[in-house]
Amino acid sequence: MSEATKAVVKDVTTMASPVSLKFRARAGKDLSRFLRGMKERRIVGRVCPSCNYVYVPPRGACPTCGCPMGDERVLPETGTITTFCIVNIPFEGQKLKPPYVCASVLLDGADVALFHLVGGCDVNEVRMGMRVRAEWVDEADAELSLETIRYFVPTGEPDRPLAQIREHI
Amino acid sequence: MKQRCAVLGIGQTHHAAKRGDLSMSGLVREAALRALDDAGMTFDEIDAVVMGKAPDFFEGVMTPELYLADALGAAGKPVFRVHTAGSVGGSTAIFATHLVTSGIHKRVLTLAWEKQSESNAMWALSPKYPFSPPTTAGAGGYFAPFVRAYIEFTGAPEHIGWQVAYKDRIHALKNPYAHLQMPEITIDMVKNSPVLWDPIRYLETCPSSDGAGAMILVSEDVAEASGKKVAWVHGTANRTEAILYPRRNQVLPQAGSDCAKALYKEAGITDPKREIDTAEIYVPFAWFEPMWLENIGLADANDGWKMVDSGDTMLGGRQPINPSGGVLSSNPIGASGMLRFLEAAHQVRGTAGEHQVEGAKKALGHAYGGGSQYFAMWIVGAEKP
Ligand SMILES: [Zn+2]
Repeated sequence: MSEATKAVVKDVTTMASPVSLKFRARAGKDLSRFLRGMKERRIVGRVCPSCNYVYVPPRGACPTCGCPMGDERVLPETGTITTFCIVNIPFEGQKLKPPYVCASVLLDGADVALFHLVGGCDVNEVRMGMRVRAEWVDEADAELSLETIRYFVPTGEPDRPLAQIREHI
Repeated sequence: MKQRCAVLGIGQTHHAAKRGDLSMSGLVREAALRALDDAGMTFDEIDAVVMGKAPDFFEGVMTPELYLADALGAAGKPVFRVHTAGSVGGSTAIFATHLVTSGIHKRVLTLAWEKQSESNAMWALSPKYPFSPPTTAGAGGYFAPFVRAYIEFTGAPEHIGWQVAYKDRIHALKNPYAHLQMPEITIDMVKNSPVLWDPIRYLETCPSSDGAGAMILVSEDVAEASGKKVAWVHGTANRTEAILYPRRNQVLPQAGSDCAKALYKEAGITDPKREIDTAEIYVPFAWFEPMWLENIGLADANDGWKMVDSGDTMLGGRQPINPSGGVLSSNPIGASGMLRFLEAAHQVRGTAGEHQVEGAKKALGHAYGGGSQYFAMWIVGAEKP
């Protein structure tokens, strides 16, 4: 480095080098069946033939029993918020503008909670035990994605008691 | 027949938001050289190196253990990399312990690190998963719902989180290696700090740090020949559970309580509330202190927050928790578990300095990772097991 260059350039100790990775994700056989349901704006869970738990989104095998999953079961679009977080923090790559609510939603008849967004009310109105229903995107916008549910909105029904949701957070 | 294992050397870096003065090699070397110096040894005497860190995408460097072997004097020696997410620092120390207790090696260097400044963990932990809504928002976004559930179900008052956050920053003032040094900290500062992931506040959250921790683990004959005060390993345990299954308890995970039970059994502990003098547990968000106290049996169910409230967990209290300042004061993610383990060893050797718990004879080190799925714990003692 010439003396003239040294005079204007500080010592370089680090260089930022952003990296990117493009990929195509394949859903696989079992999740694909669920996603086709999403495109039709239906929530299709599956029942484990051994423990009878209802999974949504369904897995290929039951994580509790290890056996292949059994019959499909169409679930209602209503459920209960079992717990949630209000995201106030901005961060790199964020898709939504804070504040927004991410919640565990236990659909009626399901045995595992679904992690999704809550909308249609002020973030400070969201409660554990609050009854909600899926707010779908328009038919033309329906995709092979859980994002076909835009978010869950309050139904206005009375809250479920905490004792009933305790095991489903 | 299982051999005894002792901690002969302990070393760590000065943790900071950015150790711009060091490369990743320099960072691990700083911790390793301090541990060797403490043990009175050189790289030449080491039989094997066991290292760990959290996911490679936290720095964007794949399998760094391969090129770091040079910086750690490990060329031509067995090198192992352990990876169990945030609990990795603990699992790494446990794997290294087993190389000694199994009689395979006599002198093992174990270390763990993270250089968070080289990337952005908040971004790395907030991916947009295919076919899913954008619900990820860093570790805080994942854990906040479970903190909310703990508060709701135990009826714990809001100030418990403020109190843990305050306590650990006060402890950190006695630890020259701790990242956060906040002599001005008050409960009101925590209370008035912004809520990032409701219900978790900014000052109830760990920092993002560069740092490394290292230990020299040796067999009984090497420990005795050294003539030095060592920490004896009394027990180790790892447990893992799946991230999602029906009725999973994410507030008090079964893997955590099973791990603690197995640990106490191996260490011959029947009453952990009384027999363990101090514990270094992995608390990245303040509310995890009462949660883990209950999970590992240092408090009864629903009583973890009362133990915090009573002041029992402060230095000078009945059972000080995280006298080093803990993860809330330094969080080089992969190293954080190793720091918990080595701080426990410091306590029973009597070498913790200003944050020494007077007369500590048995100490517990704890780490967890993933979605509260991976647990690693050990108990070290001043006397032979
Ligand atoms: Zn099953």
